[in-house]
Amino acid sequence: MNAKGTVFRYGDNVDTDVIIPARYLNTSNGKELAAHCMEDIDANFVKEVKKGDIIVADKNFGCGSSREHAPLAIKEAGVSCVIARTFARIFYRNAINIGLPILECEAAADGIKKGDEVEINFDTGVITNITKGETYKAQPFPTFMQDIIKQGGLVSKIKAQV
Amino acid sequence: MGMTMTQKILAAHAGLEKVVAGQLIEANLDLVLGNDITSPVAIKEFNKIGCDCVFNKSKIALVPDHFTPNKDIKAAEQCKFLREFANSQEIENYFEVGQMGIEHALIPEKGLAVPGDVIIGADSHTCTYGALGAFSTGIGSTDMAAGMATGKAWFKVPSALKFVLTGAPTKYVTGKDIILHIIGMIGVDGALYKSMEFVGDGIANLSMDSRLAMANMAIEAGAKNGIFPVDEKTLEFVKEHSTKPYTVYEADEDAEYDAVYEIDLSKIRPTVAFPHLPENTKTVDEEGVTEVKIDQVVIGSCTNGRMEDLRMARDILKGKKVHSTVRCIVFPGTQKIYLQALEEGIVKDLIEAGAVFSTSTCGPCLGGHMGILAAGERAVSTTNRNFVGRMGHVESEVYLASPAVAAASAVTGYITNPETL
Repeated sequence: MNAKGTVFRYGDNVDTDVIIPARYLNTSNGKELAAHCMEDIDANFVKEVKKGDIIVADKNFGCGSSREHAPLAIKEAGVSCVIARTFARIFYRNAINIGLPILECEAAADGIKKGDEVEINFDTGVITNITKGETYKAQPFPTFMQDIIKQGGLVSKIKAQV
Repeated sequence: MGMTMTQKILAAHAGLEKVVAGQLIEANLDLVLGNDITSPVAIKEFNKIGCDCVFNKSKIALVPDHFTPNKDIKAAEQCKFLREFANSQEIENYFEVGQMGIEHALIPEKGLAVPGDVIIGADSHTCTYGALGAFSTGIGSTDMAAGMATGKAWFKVPSALKFVLTGAPTKYVTGKDIILHIIGMIGVDGALYKSMEFVGDGIANLSMDSRLAMANMAIEAGAKNGIFPVDEKTLEFVKEHSTKPYTVYEADEDAEYDAVYEIDLSKIRPTVAFPHLPENTKTVDEEGVTEVKIDQVVIGSCTNGRMEDLRMARDILKGKKVHSTVRCIVFPGTQKIYLQALEEGIVKDLIEAGAVFSTSTCGPCLGGHMGILAAGERAVSTTNRNFVGRMGHVESEVYLASPAVAAASAVTGYITNPETL
């Protein structure tokens, strides 16, 4: 499985309140949420994002609330992967559970700038910066989490069990 | 090598004699919690799983507290969806408006969280119940759905940071100041993926309300959970509120910690977190802090909406007036707390001072309703987050503080050290 797209670049501690502000949480409709994704830190995001694009951030991405609306809004906006130095733990779980690919990678965060064209191979964890001609290697998921992802998220995994 | 308190609880709930940090386990759940924002998503996922009923009708708690009393039509529809699910599944602990409170104030009061429990909740502040010696942690809606279906959840066993608390806090310093001090010290990702285990003889000097406020904000340091040892005050609280069986766990003496911090509670000063991160802390003694002019004060929430908080606010505001340029809004945590505040004359004192006394709701804490900020406005708030846009307009600001600092600030219109009032 591969992803390829243009990078939107953010800094440390991008919190769930800016990913999807609580004033829009009176719905859980993915498309409605996606229309407001990132608007409090980047009003242009929803205007510019194209299917397949990639978010790259620094440390503690997704800190704050447990709202699954946050990874859902990013996924529904068309983003194919979020790369960060570290993720907040609830966001990390939620992203895996709903099938939004995420990767922790210091080198990628060091090397990738806004607007770079990036390609990701999820099987190998290799991230290629096409613009710069660099590659970075992300930490692979533990087998347990790979199983959840392969089965299409936690609900599909549980469904297979019950 | 021994286990931390958290690891012992997780091992017991996974049917294992021993667990180590990093190990992936599946644990049995004593309670699965959700609110009106996160539960609708969980219910849709639950329905996809295709099992007819929840794993245990008495081990699920559903609390419509975020956008209630319904703030608009969409919020009303979400609550209706939640109510219909609770009715059809015969959920015993569904709390309708009238019985409900802010979930993390309500659950301990209803006796649904006791020492030794493993609790997950689709709300990040579920870590509050660590104050009672339980392992409790926030998860998302899909984990909540899986928990409702199976009664189990997967966890990566966390390592831990140990906070040794000694001494007694001074008059106006409560749990809120202590946890803000700690978050300022270790940062908003200082405990990422880890447990925060609080120990030491200083804990005996902290009320249960202060401990609940501290455990509540463990997530603001990125922690998986925050946990306190069980002592006489805990057992007294449990006896008063619950008939559930409980188990007291203690960390092994040779448990390993990633770091140990010693904190003398007598040295902690009233502390304020400046915009836009809970780690941006300053004490009221630092330069410029008391020069910040404010427009609104919010006292309440799952962090500071308990009796100790309301009493503290009353002690400061009684006989004084909220400044003419300030809106002071008070949110009790639960109906029971509201009633107690009425009986103690707190509601009267606060209203006479010029504060508005609201029904229990998460309301303005997350920018929902009942106290939203306009562009350029500043609030001193006893809530837990001060992210960009958290309480309203993207250009508004939230300063996190204790009820004492908040009440004192309401009187002067500036961030104020309660000792100087």
